[in-house]
Amino acid sequence: MKAWLAHHLHSLKIAVRRFLDAPVAGLFTILVIGVAVAMPAGLYLLLDNLDRAAGGIRPQAEVTVFLKTELAPAQGKALADRIAGQPEVAQVRFVSRQEGVGKLEAAGLSDIAAGLPDNPLPDALVVTPRDTTPAALENLGTRLRQLEEADRVLMDTDWIKRLAALMGLGHDLVFMLSTMLGLALAAITANTIRLQIYAQRDEIEVARLIGATDRFIRRPFLYFGGIQGLAGGLTGGALVSLGATLLDTSVERVAAAYGAQFTLASLTPLDLILLAALSAILGWLGAYFAVGQALRQVEQS
Amino acid sequence: MIELAGVTKRYPGGHEALSDVSLKIEQGELVFLTGHSGAGKSTLLKLVAAIERPTVGHVIVNSQNVGRMKRPALPFFRRNIGLIFQDHKLLYDRSVFDNVLLALHIQGLTGNDAAKRVRAALDKVGLLKKEKARPITLSGGEQQRLCIARAIVSRPALVLADEPTANLDDAYAKDIMDMFRAFNEVGVTLLISTHDQDLIQRYGGRNVHLAYGKLVQ
Repeated sequence: MKAWLAHHLHSLKIAVRRFLDAPVAGLFTILVIGVAVAMPAGLYLLLDNLDRAAGGIRPQAEVTVFLKTELAPAQGKALADRIAGQPEVAQVRFVSRQEGVGKLEAAGLSDIAAGLPDNPLPDALVVTPRDTTPAALENLGTRLRQLEEADRVLMDTDWIKRLAALMGLGHDLVFMLSTMLGLALAAITANTIRLQIYAQRDEIEVARLIGATDRFIRRPFLYFGGIQGLAGGLTGGALVSLGATLLDTSVERVAAAYGAQFTLASLTPLDLILLAALSAILGWLGAYFAVGQALRQVEQS
Repeated sequence: MIELAGVTKRYPGGHEALSDVSLKIEQGELVFLTGHSGAGKSTLLKLVAAIERPTVGHVIVNSQNVGRMKRPALPFFRRNIGLIFQDHKLLYDRSVFDNVLLALHIQGLTGNDAAKRVRAALDKVGLLKKEKARPITLSGGEQQRLCIARAIVSRPALVLADEPTANLDDAYAKDIMDMFRAFNEVGVTLLISTHDQDLIQRYGGRNVHLAYGKLVQ
């Protein structure tokens, strides 16, 4: 166990030394990996923020139920109470026909309201659903339409559907971009490891001749790939966090101009850890394939 | 200890380096492998060290069939053999000490025990005072001695040396041969290829002569 640990420690030392031997090249590679990591991570962050921003508007998703004109206000109120008791409904507001006219006037349409001989508006219920996913809304709408007392049901859910579709597209994009740039990360690592193997081929040859196992030869390269990936992942995370910090002030200003309050969320510590770990694993894998290939080539020569 | 039975080695392209060679070497023997260059001396050594595989025939070392050995078993087999190369195969990016240490390191030996053994090996070849030097600053004879130190540090029972004195002047060559004889006296089996007939006459031991890939009695 102690020998095993000493062994790994030694491989780690070799890996660090190799990095320190060519610090400029190493830093450039890490920066390239960092940018590759920052792109999907940044897009993910953007979507996350959009989701939050949209979430701020969502509770306003309302379903308006216009009641039949022959219904008495008391019956309307009773219906409102009944609907409010249902689990998927957050809130129900009864809007009497008088209130409806008041709203028209408040909206600056008092001329129209005044020109009408009789109040043509029906009583209405404004239902706020608990669940705002398009499917749940559709469901609720169908059930409200089936009510005897309902004359018309008005749902403005199109924009929610569009938003949900766009978010889905965004998540697919993040996934695709992550896959592609993950592959790129492994390939970048494999390439730097290949260059290193080329520089170390004397050592590999000698080590093999005097009885080193493949694992012994592979280990420092794996550590190198892993460390490079880890550093690249952290760089990518730092780039995204830096970008978020820089943009935060302007985003707040934009939000303020629209009369809203919104702060840009940055990557959480957990996000950063995941990012670094994933990047380290990909670097490790890239190194594994590069060394495996090189060892097979040495065998053939 | 070593047994070759009807061994032929043909390289891709048709060149036959060894033709139907049969040979037996007992434990504790000191054997010189002689012949002109291209006679197949290096090929024979490579077959014994499992660096090459025979085209026909068997190579048995330590009762293991080297020709059929699986790749994962090779490293463990080679640890029992000290290899000394004509071109030394030293690593120039590290010190004399670290060059020898590598041989122990691949076997999982580290720390003080390993350092002690490295120093003992360097002492035997007279390089103890140069342990911190880089191999490039050593003379040809010293580089060869370093290569020997690396070969013997893991105390192998069999040492294979390919033209160990080829590029050395007489005084250095004598040093190295004395060293080999000292190893042999403590029971190490040695198989040394050389084209230097004077050397063999001076040191005795068994002589196996190769000519054009064939054994000459």
